[in-house]
Amino acid sequence: MSVAAEMKALGLKEISEFRGETTVQIGLTSLNGLLKKLKDTGYDMLLDVSSLDHLGEEPRFEMVYELATLDDSKHVRVKCKVAEDIDVPTSVNIWKAANWHEREVYDMMGIKFSGHPQMERILMWEGYPYFPLRKDFPLAGKESEMPEVAFSGVAPLEGGPFVTSPGSTRESGEPRARGES
Amino acid sequence: MTEENLTVSHAAYDSKIEGNIIITRLDAAINWMRKNSLWPMPMGLACCAIELMATASSRFDISRFGSEVMRFSPRQADVMIVAGTVTYKMALAVKRIWDQMPEPKWCIAMGACASSGGMYRSYAVLQGIDQLIPVDVYISGCPPRPEALIEGLMKLQEKIEGESSFLAQKQEPTHP
Repeated sequence: MSVAAEMKALGLKEISEFRGETTVQIGLTSLNGLLKKLKDTGYDMLLDVSSLDHLGEEPRFEMVYELATLDDSKHVRVKCKVAEDIDVPTSVNIWKAANWHEREVYDMMGIKFSGHPQMERILMWEGYPYFPLRKDFPLAGKESEMPEVAFSGVAPLEGGPFVTSPGSTRESGEPRARGES
Repeated sequence: MTEENLTVSHAAYDSKIEGNIIITRLDAAINWMRKNSLWPMPMGLACCAIELMATASSRFDISRFGSEVMRFSPRQADVMIVAGTVTYKMALAVKRIWDQMPEPKWCIAMGACASSGGMYRSYAVLQGIDQLIPVDVYISGCPPRPEALIEGLMKLQEKIEGESSFLAQKQEPTHP
């Protein structure tokens, strides 16, 4: 049975397939129930927890869970839209592996997880005032100051930013100076 | 003593006058001692640290230049080799370790990241360790080869040779 058919059999409605990858869309209230159910049906390995920022859309954020069977034969992706300032129920009680992933999502995107045993930053220092992977955060960074702990500044981007351009031909898509500063 | 023996310009070992006197300038003597025994404080923060370790190992052998005594205690170190990317999270820790090193002390910024932030034009990376501590020698490369680090060390030795160590001893320490 294909992954999509399997999801259909579980009674899920929003199932999409793209290049052999199956994605399931689910509402926030049913998220944890679905993850639990998927774990019990064989998708017992949590590969990654990440998040998207759809700036300008409502709801703004989206959680992404990548699941796989332990023998790596089948993968499924679970997506869940989250509005700003809404907490997501933690999945640490389902997978212990979710602990650090969720802390990273909180650190970089500012999405909080309710019921998480240690909802603190994991990469930046505790007290850093911004969430760097949000779309409205500048590439060069922002100034901040936390006496005795850490500070941050704005990086010079003359001749930059050195980023890839999606959707362009290979040559023009290469990371190189784009004259923006 | 003949006239010739009185014009000794460098501190040198001479068996003819052993047990008697060696004539030199005080600065030359102090600098000679300092530059040939630079104990490094290895501040290994990223891939540059791998090259730093290679420099200390047998093939490149930094002990040929008197710097094999890597001290992981700042209180016993003379030169801090900042090898790698200095993140903002790490920056004040590097500064604190630098502050714990006794004078006289020197700093080598090894590689692009320590010198300027390197390829990390980023919210998370300090754009050069010279924003926090005074750097004597910058070494280019990403990462620099061990030969480059050794050349940087030799440049530092040249620099120490020209210092006015005796005058600096008498000066009041200046704090920025």
